[in-house]
Amino acid sequence: MASQILQSQQDEAALEAEGQAYFDRIISEDSRIEPRDWMPAGYRKTLLRQISQHAHSEIIGMQPEANWISRAPSLKRKAILMAKVQDEAGHGLYLYSAAETLGQSRDQMMDDLIAGKARYSSIFNYPALTWADMGAIGWLVDGAAICNQVPLCRASYGPYGRAMVRICKEESFHQRQGFEILLELANGTPEQKQMAQDAVNRWYAPSLMMFGPPDDDSPNSKQSMAWNIKRFSNDELRSRFVGMMVEQVRILGLTLPDSEVRFNEETRKWEHGPLDWDEFKEVLDGRGPCNAQRLERRRKAHDNGAWVREAAAAYAEKQSRKQAEKELAA
Amino acid sequence: MKPPHGNPEMPASAGGGSDSSSAPTETTTQAPTDAPTNSTATAPGTTSPEATPQSQAQTGQGHRSAWPLWEVFVRSSRGLSHVHAGSLHAPDAAMALRNARDLYTRRNEGVSIWVVPADAIASSDPDAKGAFFESPQGKDYRHATYYTKSEGVKHL
Amino acid sequence: MIPTDSHDSQARSGALVGVGPESATRITPGNALRPEDIALEVSTGLVKPAEDAAEYALRLGDDALILAQRLGHWISRAPELEEDVALGNIALDQLGHARSFLSYAGGAWGKSEDDLAYFRREPEFRSAHLVEQPNGDFAVTIARQFVVSYYQFELYRRLTESKDSTLSAIAAKAVKEVDYHRDHSAQWVLRLALGTEESRRRIQHAFKLIWPYVDELFLDDELTTRLAEAGVAVEPSSLRGDFDRLTGEVLAEAELEVPQVPAAPGGGRRGRHSEHLGYILAEMQVLAREHPGAKW
Repeated sequence: MASQILQSQQDEAALEAEGQAYFDRIISEDSRIEPRDWMPAGYRKTLLRQISQHAHSEIIGMQPEANWISRAPSLKRKAILMAKVQDEAGHGLYLYSAAETLGQSRDQMMDDLIAGKARYSSIFNYPALTWADMGAIGWLVDGAAICNQVPLCRASYGPYGRAMVRICKEESFHQRQGFEILLELANGTPEQKQMAQDAVNRWYAPSLMMFGPPDDDSPNSKQSMAWNIKRFSNDELRSRFVGMMVEQVRILGLTLPDSEVRFNEETRKWEHGPLDWDEFKEVLDGRGPCNAQRLERRRKAHDNGAWVREAAAAYAEKQSRKQAEKELAA
Repeated sequence: MKPPHGNPEMPASAGGGSDSSSAPTETTTQAPTDAPTNSTATAPGTTSPEATPQSQAQTGQGHRSAWPLWEVFVRSSRGLSHVHAGSLHAPDAAMALRNARDLYTRRNEGVSIWVVPADAIASSDPDAKGAFFESPQGKDYRHATYYTKSEGVKHL
Repeated sequence: MIPTDSHDSQARSGALVGVGPESATRITPGNALRPEDIALEVSTGLVKPAEDAAEYALRLGDDALILAQRLGHWISRAPELEEDVALGNIALDQLGHARSFLSYAGGAWGKSEDDLAYFRREPEFRSAHLVEQPNGDFAVTIARQFVVSYYQFELYRRLTESKDSTLSAIAAKAVKEVDYHRDHSAQWVLRLALGTEESRRRIQHAFKLIWPYVDELFLDDELTTRLAEAGVAVEPSSLRGDFDRLTGEVLAEAELEVPQVPAAPGGGRRGRHSEHLGYILAEMQVLAREHPGAKW
């Protein structure tokens, strides 16, 4: 008996070593890991955490914008905003599907989100106060998201990369529509221009923090890069993003609320002023302006929908039973 | 060969195969501890034999509402094959088709859609890659490029 | 390493790949009548609706606009994420119809779709009471959708034959979309009616709440009679037979009765609205009215 257990332990160890070797080879060839491949526990855990957080961010991120659908100031803008928020639901779905291939059900992930056990991008805990916020969210928040996401199209985990390809394609209009909202406002009445500048002032720093903590304070980054999940470091992406914004804000005729932005000729990188990482952590830990409100709204939607989901499931079960009886009788 | 199970893209350990002993050990050890397992699917009067891992997992928690997973295939235009586009949840085939239309063809991506219950797909064993897929390698004679002496001969 | 399937090779070649003909992510805007096209035709004087036709277009546009405004509220609140997307699509279809009809109607008075949507007062709206009804729970929204979409389908189907070429063109685009809305609502009526006890109770209650507002949709008045005689519009009453028959078939399959409830008098076409419209407009118009003359 004991020897049997020992034998199976040895077999397991051998299988694991074989799996690890295969995994390492795939990664070193910059190829893709697929769902049923052997993968290290840490790789699976990291991906599951990252992809589900990403999915939650899409779903919670619908709220600040959905709040403005009813008040959009023109019918064209209303249609654009509706399509955009709808896309975010779709993107959440693509990402939940990718996470499901790692062995966790969407319902479980949703339960974790509602229970406050899961994290999502802390930026969505800030309020969208004016119409110009629709512009700033599109330009800055989606802009930062796209910077992050384009390299993720090449993430080593196949389903994640594929979801990102689809998302990046669809999101290409999200940033543009935000930019155009700001452009209209900046060229509009003085009140409109003021509204635009105010929104940019409020969303600038949070959007820079979307790239995550500075590299020297981001313990998981190195491993994620070794696994080809992440392709560039947080600071690297942030610096690139700042450079793009500097250029674009000029076209808008607005300013970035950061007097320390500059291009460092030595490092060939863009630099920005200090960011309030204490606030970032506070908001991430649930002490932001809208955390409770956002989770409550998601919980309500989920709870209010329970009877509908049950009804559809019950109907499907009855129909398939009927079908089976019919076939039996035939 | 393992029996077909659950989502073809789902690790076998989490897929709730009919016999847990047939689950490959290496993925079992790798599964997240809270991954759904077959042992949760014992609530009375719950699942049909076709129930997916998701619905099994949920019945274990007392939810009866979880919709199964479907794989979506889209034909982008006439004359082309259906290509896997992604997956979604739906209570039944009729709604799965409609959800697929709403989710995967919002930008004219398709002219035809298939939906397949994820657990109806049998997939090849990732551990049998060598036995399954390496045999054709080295059989160059199946390819026109192998026949060099006739190179340059017209219409051949 | 040889790619084992097309997805691998797509994923490997980097960002925004998969544009080959086999791709399931190839995207195009397609080619169809857009509200912008109608606005352009109107603003360049290519088309100008007669006063009657404009009044009529206003009715259809307002129904679609208020319904879109109602449905838009579901996005981020639907019973399941897939349904967020589905209801979003329906709302977008309706908003598109509204924009087309309003752009056309505005041509008679030198007004844009936004002038009409944002700067008319409540009595100047022509929406029916049905579309003004609150979303309620999902069952109420589905009951409302069921009635609206079967009505709009019969209407647009006939309106494709209108002698007014703009109305017929808008209807031709809209009828296909509304056909899908019919299907969506019918699928849900079946599932809610035959699902669980609770869902059955809720959908029965929802139909009771909604059904008083059915009659108004099918009332003729001087305008529709005049336009019908001219071959421009459809007499609302002429749609009722098909509406009753087709909705009846679904209700029968769902084992539901047509609710025996008294009809409400309506009045939306004359600018007499439900108590709800004021709130809908207050929310919809607040920002635009804060900045009159501004561009967005």
